[in-house]
Amino acid sequence: MEKKRTNPFILIVLSLFSLACLIPFWLVFMISVADEDWVTANGYSFWPGKFSLVAYQYLFEDAGKIMRAYGVSASVTLIGVVVSLFVTSAMAYALSRKEFPLRGALSFYILITMLFSGGLLPWYLVYTRFLHVQDTLMALIIPGLIGGFNVIIMRTFFTNSIPPSLIDSSQIDGAGEFRTYFSIILPLSLPVMATIGLFTTVSYWNDWFTSLVFIQNEKLFSLQYLLTKTLMNASFLQTIANKAYSSTAQVTTPLESIRMAMAMIAIGPLVLVFPFLQKYFVKGLTVGAVKG
Amino acid sequence: MASESNSKWKSIWKYRALVVLALPGVLLILINNYLPMFGIFLAFKDLNYTAGIWGSKWIGLDNFKFLFASNDAWLIIRNTLLYNLSFLIINTILAVMLALLLNEVKNKFASKFFQSTVILPNFISMVIVGYIVYGFLNPELGFINKFILEPFGIDPRNWYAEAEHWPYILTLVNTWKGVGYSAVVYLAAIVGIDSEYYEAAVIDGASRWKQMTKITIPLIAPIIIIMTLLAIGRIFNADFGLFYQATMASGMIKETTDVIDTYVYRALMVTGDTGLASSAGLLQSVVGFTLVITVNLAVRKFSKENALF
Repeated sequence: MEKKRTNPFILIVLSLFSLACLIPFWLVFMISVADEDWVTANGYSFWPGKFSLVAYQYLFEDAGKIMRAYGVSASVTLIGVVVSLFVTSAMAYALSRKEFPLRGALSFYILITMLFSGGLLPWYLVYTRFLHVQDTLMALIIPGLIGGFNVIIMRTFFTNSIPPSLIDSSQIDGAGEFRTYFSIILPLSLPVMATIGLFTTVSYWNDWFTSLVFIQNEKLFSLQYLLTKTLMNASFLQTIANKAYSSTAQVTTPLESIRMAMAMIAIGPLVLVFPFLQKYFVKGLTVGAVKG
Repeated sequence: MASESNSKWKSIWKYRALVVLALPGVLLILINNYLPMFGIFLAFKDLNYTAGIWGSKWIGLDNFKFLFASNDAWLIIRNTLLYNLSFLIINTILAVMLALLLNEVKNKFASKFFQSTVILPNFISMVIVGYIVYGFLNPELGFINKFILEPFGIDPRNWYAEAEHWPYILTLVNTWKGVGYSAVVYLAAIVGIDSEYYEAAVIDGASRWKQMTKITIPLIAPIIIIMTLLAIGRIFNADFGLFYQATMASGMIKETTDVIDTYVYRALMVTGDTGLASSAGLLQSVVGFTLVITVNLAVRKFSKENALF
């Protein structure tokens, strides 16, 4: 019989690897809870000599900008994911039907997008000079709504896991394509919807590039873009801290820890839900890698 | 002929509900992918916003001449290729090793834990990666300067101004972020191997090491090859986020950190040089297209079902 014990050497190596993956987050966390004077004297440490929660106090007392960015990110993500799932699954359902006469043509239509792209400049011009959506939430939502790979993954799921006889019998009972899609396909495709939905959620939530390209209006900054600005532009960080300055009786503004506290607030939701959704993530990684 | 196309239209009409279901997706792909594709002719124009896209003058290959005259072209192509190549080699080797190790973990809970932690960096945005790198490399307060170099009496480095360190830094960051993802993909392939092979090997008295080198690695080799070929197909496309956020878009280290994608972005959004942006963009698209087609032919040779088409 095979032993059920893992080689301790392997466990040590894997533990070190896991540690290497986690420890950078710890550094960011420690800077965010470190005392500002201690940090400016000693530097960023994995265990600061003096702790302080003033940075978080600052951010919560003048939470306006961050709450707003949170709101932008949350609404873009929510709308984007819901619409994207509908659009992707509807197209995938049409493609999964063997009788559909445009099946081949549409598959080719999708395939081309995976082979060739027009590049950044024409793409930018389509959104700004043709659709005129710059500086609107639409510019953050539309680009992520559909992706060729997701359509193909869903189509494969529909063809492999939903027996055609089920569709036939529902249509013999008089259900049209829409009824079939809503009352048979959608309820049966929960696993693939969950996986693709999660991946779309992460890509909307983590997106900062579309903001970088399309958004000038500070009120429409997403959380990730606000963070980008804060990191790259010291005076932008100052404006966030300055507003809070008047309301707190602190002498030095804890700029260093405020910056990292903002990063912690952005990582927070993801790290909290991650352990619960991990199995879908892993499933999704393998779904995406093995094309059907 | 006429009746044939007539019956085609008839059958499309019969399935018009499916056409309606597919339509939103078709339109979105048209906007997001096809309209920009038609825009590639801009690379041959002197784009002028006041004259408009149609009114701008045709200038033939002048944009390309300008691009290659500047020396930047060779620099960004070299950087893009070298980075992607080293990412590919290092990531593949480490990911296969990590997958083999993960496969040896018998305890289910421990296995889940290790898998979660190694893929966590993959789900963090590049913005946060930029913060992490800054935590280590901040010239005045960063962990490396203050707690590694200073105690050993080494002068602190001005990381964001010294180009020579960045090939190592960016490779390390890329590995940290991406290796867990690839390892989990390989692990799925390993888990899918028929256990009979191992049972037979155990009866023959093969050690774990022998099983690994004689069964596991040969059986996942096709997937390693396909993943590698697909990565080669994308070798002209750099990860914009990595090169923009991790370097904090510092202009002083461009020599080793400027890649095609950052160059196109800067030409379009910062310097406003649309000629460079469109010509470098088209170059990238055409080379990328050629590579994907070639690689796909190669993948088809290995295994038809893994080819893109």
